Amino acid sequence: MDLMEKNLELVEIQKLEGHTDRVWSVAWNPVSSHADGVSPVLASCSGDNTVRIWEQSSLSRSWTCKTVLEETHTRTVRSCAWSPSGELLATASFDGTTGIWKNYGSDFECIATLEGHENEVKSVSWNASGSYLATCSRDKSVWIWEVLEGNEYECAAVLSEHTQDVKMVQWHPTMDVLFSCSYDDTIKVWWSQDCDGEFECVQTLGESNNGHSSTVWAISFNATGDKMVTCSDDRTLKIWGTDIARMQSGEEYVPWSHLCTLSGYHDRTIYSAHWSRDDIIASGAGDDAIRLFVDSHDSVDGPSYNLLLKKNKAHDNDVNCVQWSRGEGDRLLASASDDGMVKIWQVATKP
Amino acid sequence: MTLGLINANPVVQAKKERLVRTQEDQYRDDGVDPLDIYEYVRDIRDPEHPYTLEQLSVLSEESVTVDDKLDRILIKFTPTVQHCSMATIIGLCLRAKLNERLPLHYKVDILVSPGSHADEDSVNKQLNDKERVAAAMENPNLRQLVDECIFSDEI
Repeated sequence: MDLMEKNLELVEIQKLEGHTDRVWSVAWNPVSSHADGVSPVLASCSGDNTVRIWEQSSLSRSWTCKTVLEETHTRTVRSCAWSPSGELLATASFDGTTGIWKNYGSDFECIATLEGHENEVKSVSWNASGSYLATCSRDKSVWIWEVLEGNEYECAAVLSEHTQDVKMVQWHPTMDVLFSCSYDDTIKVWWSQDCDGEFECVQTLGESNNGHSSTVWAISFNATGDKMVTCSDDRTLKIWGTDIARMQSGEEYVPWSHLCTLSGYHDRTIYSAHWSRDDIIASGAGDDAIRLFVDSHDSVDGPSYNLLLKKNKAHDNDVNCVQWSRGEGDRLLASASDDGMVKIWQVATKP
Repeated sequence: MTLGLINANPVVQAKKERLVRTQEDQYRDDGVDPLDIYEYVRDIRDPEHPYTLEQLSVLSEESVTVDDKLDRILIKFTPTVQHCSMATIIGLCLRAKLNERLPLHYKVDILVSPGSHADEDSVNKQLNDKERVAAAMENPNLRQLVDECIFSDEI
């Protein structure tokens, strides 16, 4: 099915109001979708120091705020991430801590607080099995935490090779390889040779590798994990790839390389990019718009991405985060903005 | 924190005479008038000296440019000395003052005037990274200093 041929639009399903300051990030609970027979759940985090949990009612199909996680973080909550099992939510805050919350029915309780970063924590990510957590901070470091029994978290590594503020960490979808991106304009890859928890920086993707020329804000992988997209203050999206089969079979690290750059589509900073399971890349930018890109399959040399659609004025202010839902085929997209709103969108064929 | 003043002997201009704006001046089209923006920021007090940014020639009417089609505002300011460590504070003051006055969707870019600062690129990058700006403004000491500078004309 060639998406470029269909006449598609991004339809606003609902606007979720409640936060009293800008919303920085949203995260879909991985085990809840209509396909699982469970109502979809979305977490959002904000400059109002809280996290809101939103759920879609199976009856009315409308979204409501189920819970507000408050009185724990004392400053902006910058990002949040659900564990692969969907039972835990990690929250990264400017107060320097990372909260771990457990869902008890309709309540959430903060069961652990990870301390150690010297200043604002910017991002948190769980690996595929839920055995590791990674965090990063303006203190330029990336921390890897081992998840132990009894709600215990132990710092397994403090990685200090970025030369500036680290904006995001993201584990590879299938392997225990960690990626980080930074204000120092680079993306770094962290790998543990003997899978013994000794992580080291095995690659840096910078300007010399066709990398970004300004702050890199986000990283997102495709479903198979052989490609990733990064977005930057330099107003471009870059697609990178690796030989995933070689990487998974061998004991050697297989480097990532630049595949293509999407430039000329954005004229403000791109804060977020997310790769859907069916290969649509969504971007959220400082011009209040959401853009969708797909591979036109025109080129034999590699991916060739084209603009599928642009939603102008998706929000009244900067779009900070875009996230596709995890469900198969429902093409739901959540967005978070400086306007204090979370929005749910659907990709649909024009009538 | 350095103990001495960065610039112990600033050059101070006399307070510029305010032109009386006529009705016609004030309601020009739909766009924002750069002179309106200038009105909001000219009296911001310098973080170090009891003078306004205008008096110290950090700002002038030429500092503000507006792109009406895209609703974007560009402010270029000139720190009084090349190694001014107050440059980022001045930038924060400009943002904080404009945040309260401008409609939500306006985009504001703040730069030091080209050639006016030794770490021009580094200062510009910090001033235009909104996450860094947001975190800085959550620092109570910094917030207090900024508030003193931007509200000084209302005391």
